[in-house]
Amino acid sequence: MLEKVSTSDDGSTRIGVYVCRCGLNIAQTVDCKKVAENVSDIDDVAVSKEIPYACSEPGQVEIQEDIAEHNLNRVVIASCSPRLHEPTFRNMMVEAGLNPYLFEMANLREQCSWVHMREPEAATKKSEDLVRMAISRVRLLSQLYAETLPLTKRTLVIGGGIAGIQAALDLADNGYEVVLVEKKPSIGGMMAQLDKTFPTMDCSI
Amino acid sequence: MSDVAEVKGYVGNFKARIVKKARYVIEKECTSCGDCATACPVVFPDEFNVGLSSRKAIYKSFPQAVPSSYVINMNECMGRGCSKCLDACDKNCIDFHMSDEEIMEEIGSIVVATGFKPYDPREMDEYGYTRFHNVVTSLEFERLVNAGGPTQGELIRPGDRKHPQSVGFIQCVGSRSLRKGGEYCSNICCMNTIKSTLVLKEHYPDMDIKVFYIDIRAFGKGFEELYNRSRKLGVQYVRGLPGSVEELPDRSMRIAVENTSNGKIEFYDLDMLVLALGIEPSSGTRKLQEMLGLQLTPDGFYLEAHPKLLPVDAATRGVFYAGCAEGPKDIKESVTQGSAVTARAIRLMHRGEIVSEPITSEVIIERCTACGKCAEVCPYNAITVDKKMKTPAVVNTAACAGCGTCGAECIFDAIVMNHFTDDQINRQTDAMLEEDAGEKIVVFACNWCSYAGADYAGVSRIQYPPNARLIRTMCSGRVDEKFIWYAFEKGAPIVLVSGCHIGDCHYINANLWTEKRVAKVRKKMEKLGLRPERLQLEWISAAEGLRFSGIMKEMEELRTTVSQEEIRETVEILKARKQKS
Repeated sequence: MLEKVSTSDDGSTRIGVYVCRCGLNIAQTVDCKKVAENVSDIDDVAVSKEIPYACSEPGQVEIQEDIAEHNLNRVVIASCSPRLHEPTFRNMMVEAGLNPYLFEMANLREQCSWVHMREPEAATKKSEDLVRMAISRVRLLSQLYAETLPLTKRTLVIGGGIAGIQAALDLADNGYEVVLVEKKPSIGGMMAQLDKTFPTMDCSI
Repeated sequence: MSDVAEVKGYVGNFKARIVKKARYVIEKECTSCGDCATACPVVFPDEFNVGLSSRKAIYKSFPQAVPSSYVINMNECMGRGCSKCLDACDKNCIDFHMSDEEIMEEIGSIVVATGFKPYDPREMDEYGYTRFHNVVTSLEFERLVNAGGPTQGELIRPGDRKHPQSVGFIQCVGSRSLRKGGEYCSNICCMNTIKSTLVLKEHYPDMDIKVFYIDIRAFGKGFEELYNRSRKLGVQYVRGLPGSVEELPDRSMRIAVENTSNGKIEFYDLDMLVLALGIEPSSGTRKLQEMLGLQLTPDGFYLEAHPKLLPVDAATRGVFYAGCAEGPKDIKESVTQGSAVTARAIRLMHRGEIVSEPITSEVIIERCTACGKCAEVCPYNAITVDKKMKTPAVVNTAACAGCGTCGAECIFDAIVMNHFTDDQINRQTDAMLEEDAGEKIVVFACNWCSYAGADYAGVSRIQYPPNARLIRTMCSGRVDEKFIWYAFEKGAPIVLVSGCHIGDCHYINANLWTEKRVAKVRKKMEKLGLRPERLQLEWISAAEGLRFSGIMKEMEELRTTVSQEEIRETVEILKARKQKS
């Protein structure tokens, strides 16, 4: 698995870099165009450009078209936190016929434009650094393959109050086994102790 | 009557050890006739009625309890010397020899629905809860007006059993306060009080009812209508929380309150006071959080994977939240979440198989000396090594969660952490420090806590100096000693390693190894004549955006103390050290 690297037909690494404006969320502070231009002559970078919304349908389509047209085999998206959109772009990679792990994000929104709002130059410089770091990393990434494992179709519900009871009943009604654990001698939780309940003003039990 | 003692495994294949406590009554045979309780001579306060009535040592929490069976509290029972309940039970379903049972369950997903506990008003004594009998909590009030409660629903004052002619409700007891209780709004208390006023007006139309509040939050569907109804029925809403409560000779209360709608200090005499208690995380929250590797908000409730888009998912795959475990909420919202977790859990389980993240570690057999260090540090026992037979380490990829601690601890470079290899990380350092290295702070941030904390600072628009650059790893346990040395070799003035707080680690306890490693490197730095404070270690949770930005400011201050000369010197020292080895 380690040695496998994705290369294009002629054996070269071809990286696409997309600096997302995120409307104005990033572009208001970071000079996205400048960042894209400054990294465009780095080795292996085949395409580098700014893009209005990388995560949107047109954004993804544009990247996928570039992948086909320029024979890209690795992608850097400089936009928001990977904790938000990494899954989105991994799917995009798969749809474009690439391994989803040959992709890296640089977090320009949460780590630059939103937190250095009054220092546009410094934010732009930092953005460029983050993109350079992502390019260095993406170049070395390996194709990885997910494994399929067996799964137990049973749920442990911890707590027998109204939320736990509702979850347990819904799961059971859908044909799933449930183990409901309650530490008190009876289920019912806090709600059982209440008299009437809002907004319907009816009894709790 | 059970508790989850231990959970092992991973999404789709958890193993839970559940301790089922002995009831000392065979629940399937008990008919709830109650003869045993009649015979029992031991009397204790009844928890279900919050101490407003009594029960026996053998009891049933409430008539509709499920399972419908009696139970003995063995700490209260007089034991075998007394066997009155045994003699009274026709069904012979009482068994003093019953013992706790341990049950192992294999499960694919977990729903955490551990609820809340009401705020304990004893610390807020300005309202006199510990001093005056006729100051009650909202929960005690519930029991007093409940037809199944100790008074059959007749409202009386606990101090003298008189019927109160006037009742005051004090809002936000334990909520929205910087001094006592929680800073957050407890969500339910406004509506619960409005409901209580309607219940009172229904039974006692002439009762004088006052509500003292900061502001009324009647935001849900149908809520404003209830609030208007309450006002129309004559309930008086006074904007302001009482400053003091005194007891009068007739055991009613005189309260002083600044009415903030007219700026005047007003006094009210009320027969009874009800404290609208806020909501706190339930007591077992911390234990379960550590067991399942979950995260908490600063309030102490469980932190969801995303506050808008993944509101019932935990960051730990396969774990979901429902109800007040995740934050204060009312019944309707709790029910909604109960159904929501069902959909999320089924989405995960319905195929009967699960696709695992391939970010796992791999052993380079030729380099492995079978020293066993990797197996020792793995929080998941996912690595096996036969040290005696010198067989190289084997990683069970299904059990490997991908923290990378093994890779960081292997001194023979015999472990590759996929997707976070040494090269993939050090080349980021290269790119970062290629220009103006002296102005930059190298930050290693774990995905689940400190990186998420940085995200939180971003979402909250908290501004901080722009000198730090983050290198993301899944766990701080991945941060190899080599990565730190490499950054200093390349001219980094400051290196910060950051991860989840001890006890909060997403990978059980991998960050304990981070802590040890950083201490070790700092010692070595001292020996080499480098200032050890240039290597920093900080724990930042996913909810600590403010803390993250504060630390960035501190790091920047620290950075300004590192001169170009010091950096040059460091680079030389490290070069010489490398040549020696």
